[in-house]
Amino acid sequence: MHNKTIAELSAGLKSGEFSSVELTQSYLDRINSLDKQINSFITVTPDLALEQAKQADEQRAAGNVGILNGIPLAQKDIFCTKDVKTSCGSKMLDPFISPYNATTINKFNDTGAVMLGKTNMDEFAMGSSNETSWYGPVKNPWQQESVPGGSSGGSAAAVAARLAPAATGTDTGGSIRQPASFCGITGLKPTYGRVSRYGMIAFASSLDQAGPMTRTAEDAALMLNVMAGLDPRDSTSVDEPVPDYTASLNDSMAGLKIGLPKEYFSEGLDDAVAKVIESAVKEYEKMGAVIKEISLPTSNLAVPTYYIIAPSECSSNLSRMDGVRYGYRCDDPEDLNDLYIRSRGEGFGAEVKRRILVGTYALSEGFYDAYYVKAQKTRRLITNDFNQAFADVDVIMGPAAPSTAFKIGELTDDPITMYLSDIYTIAVNLAGLPGMSVPAGFVNDMPVGLQLIGKHFAESKLLNIAHQFQQATDWHTQAPAAFK
Amino acid sequence: MQWEVVIGLEIHVQLSTKSKIFSGASTAYGAEPNTQACTVDLGLPGVLPVFNGEALKKSVMFGLAVGAQINERSVFDRKNYFYPDSPKAYQISQLYYPIVGEGHIDIDLEDGSQKRIGVTRAHMEEDAGKSLHENFHGQTGIDLNRAGTPLLEIVSEPDMRSAKEAVAYMRKIHSIVRYLGVSDGNMQEGSFRCDANVSLRPKGQEEFGTRAELKNINSFRFVEKAINVEIERQMDILESGGTVVQETRLYDSEKNETRSMRSKEEANDYRYFPDPDLLPIVISAEEIEAIRETLPELPDDKCARYREQLGLSEKDARALTIDRDMADYYEAVQQAVDDAKMAANWILGDVAALNNKNAIEFKACPVSAEQLIGLLKRIKDNTISGKIAKEVFEAMYAGEGDADTIIDNKGLKQITDTGAIEAIIDEVVANNPGQVAEFQSGKDKLIGFFVGQVMKASKGKANPGQVNQLLQQKLKP
Repeated sequence: MHNKTIAELSAGLKSGEFSSVELTQSYLDRINSLDKQINSFITVTPDLALEQAKQADEQRAAGNVGILNGIPLAQKDIFCTKDVKTSCGSKMLDPFISPYNATTINKFNDTGAVMLGKTNMDEFAMGSSNETSWYGPVKNPWQQESVPGGSSGGSAAAVAARLAPAATGTDTGGSIRQPASFCGITGLKPTYGRVSRYGMIAFASSLDQAGPMTRTAEDAALMLNVMAGLDPRDSTSVDEPVPDYTASLNDSMAGLKIGLPKEYFSEGLDDAVAKVIESAVKEYEKMGAVIKEISLPTSNLAVPTYYIIAPSECSSNLSRMDGVRYGYRCDDPEDLNDLYIRSRGEGFGAEVKRRILVGTYALSEGFYDAYYVKAQKTRRLITNDFNQAFADVDVIMGPAAPSTAFKIGELTDDPITMYLSDIYTIAVNLAGLPGMSVPAGFVNDMPVGLQLIGKHFAESKLLNIAHQFQQATDWHTQAPAAFK
Repeated sequence: MQWEVVIGLEIHVQLSTKSKIFSGASTAYGAEPNTQACTVDLGLPGVLPVFNGEALKKSVMFGLAVGAQINERSVFDRKNYFYPDSPKAYQISQLYYPIVGEGHIDIDLEDGSQKRIGVTRAHMEEDAGKSLHENFHGQTGIDLNRAGTPLLEIVSEPDMRSAKEAVAYMRKIHSIVRYLGVSDGNMQEGSFRCDANVSLRPKGQEEFGTRAELKNINSFRFVEKAINVEIERQMDILESGGTVVQETRLYDSEKNETRSMRSKEEANDYRYFPDPDLLPIVISAEEIEAIRETLPELPDDKCARYREQLGLSEKDARALTIDRDMADYYEAVQQAVDDAKMAANWILGDVAALNNKNAIEFKACPVSAEQLIGLLKRIKDNTISGKIAKEVFEAMYAGEGDADTIIDNKGLKQITDTGAIEAIIDEVVANNPGQVAEFQSGKDKLIGFFVGQVMKASKGKANPGQVNQLLQQKLKP
């Protein structure tokens, strides 16, 4: 049962092959017996899950239900869930029990999906390896000495290890696509504004976007059908019609114009990873696509631009964690300043502090123009590059990450190299574009993800392109040996 | 040395929207602590602000009323600072692109002249909560009911040269926001409060002196007092060769002094940047014009109309129009009795005098416009004299009922029956033979004495015109 996709499980529920309670119980059993190996969940919610499953079965018995009805899912612990701990991977939010649900959680509840629990993540989504979580690192199911990527490492690992059919992730600079690549699953970061951010704990508000992490493009389409749409509670969500994302999955690849940015295949990219990507592109050629080399000349500016904008926003977003109203508070504060300083000093981890400091510095008087304003200008140039490229091509392809998953501890003392592991994904967030990572092969038994970048709101197109690849290949069906 | 005072004001006006500027919680004043603070106001993780369009409309109305540029694109910024009553640890405000640009108003000086004061800008922002220091056993309580209440911060040019001018400016802004209905202007509840930047410079010098900012003054009277004591303090420093330090000061109304709150060095670096949770506020020229159509008649226009159409003096017209409640009252009375001057004299005279004596705002005046109309009609139709009317008015003010009820109850109806007045005159004439002889021998001035005697004998109820006329006849030699 655990190797089935959402589409297959939904068919099983519909035909009465199994109930949601049975399905949910089987996943809870897997989590219970296997997750200690990889630490992908921070909180498992068996009682809630079985209650939701029971209700889903009743709804199904009563009449028409949506495709996700009764399907167990894992939610990244960045989404606020009413009455269930929401930690964001941080000691700072221990304890925090949200009195409300994130819009995304409400949407899954409304369609009758089941929440298995909350997945591990880098602290406040700041990290590329899941090593910054206060709840301990997540291990890559393919090789447990390796990281699963981050920040949605718990979600990626849980889906790869078949502990959940699918999960939600969030992506600020690559946090869905890079772990999807490292764990050999399918991950979609939608266009900025496509999915509501309400109730998703903010890291960098102008970059954060939630999306599905699944085993197939078809499942990602089914998930996005539920997640996408305007939310009156999120002013940055966009009033753009939501199509049925499964409708064009089978469109032909004939004549598809694929752009390969030369900057994505240059220095810094692992040779073996490059070969995997090149052979994936060849698959598309076989299907009738046309390949074109393009240039994104400002690519080298993406990482430095991001590391001004994201820390600036996070330095402000995380200020509300002050020990006054919720979350962690230090013992016996002497006075107000002591309360602030020690609560935050003890509550936040090193990487979060580093980014708060960088952001505070970048926004401070006398530096604002030189850093923040300049970074916003660069951001515009990066966006212009993409717009220009999309005048000639339908989709841009390249690697999702420069290498396969690195070892746990390998880069913890080298933040710059760690930051560069997001070099191919970050520009996509800065431009607000949709991006995907699709399993495209292996290097030394570790998965490699092919990144697809589309025009604004071209999620249907990306899902179609990914689905056609998955019809022609079976990389996405591979399971890690220990979790088959 | 001759010093020149330079004052600029920042006025915070609470916009009278039903819900908060970025959440659906109520803005009603006086509820139990934290009962009007929703997840957004509490700054819980994950919540997002959604802008209340009513605040925009009201801000634009103000901008148009002061002849200001309305910025078709304005942007919300975050002002970052830690304080327990600031739940997000930033205030959403507008620094770089405010909704209202440069404008101006004309203030009325004591000598009857006017002075133009520049409005630099006005921007929308959210209010903070309140820290409660009492009854918490040495700890501090936080009430977030006020957090997220919409404010319009109106910044003036440093154009004022005395505390009196500052008060006149503040009164005019108060008048305008009340006319527009964009704020209730209630100063006790903090809906209208003011920070004053005060500095001195040698007369004739162009460069400004170092300023002190006086924070959060919430009455016209305190603004004047606070500025005056601050002027004295700075003058003492400068006269004795010292230098004024740039700092924020608090006015203590009990001790009538200002004291230092924080110096420039201790000032926060607010690290303003555009709030990524909110889109820029865009308003089209057409929408701005549509709002302009809804503007009511403003105090300056009303004042001009009173002078031109109703023939009032500049002074009376100004006095009647500064307070919208008074102007509305005046217009109701004036139209009903069809006598602009009579209505003005009564309202600026007796009504205002009793209100001032009792420290009552015009809108709380215990005599309604309808009641005053009832009274003035009785003067017009000679039921009572002007003098008796004052007595009736005082009784009305004390809550004894309408004019007719009081006139009846007290038997104050004017005597207009010629026979009855003649009877009184005959008695007065009979009792004062000496004065009659003097009058008849040419001492015309004594007519006043006889009128007085008759009025006294009639307990003021005799119609004074008739009395005069009949006396002249009777006393003819």
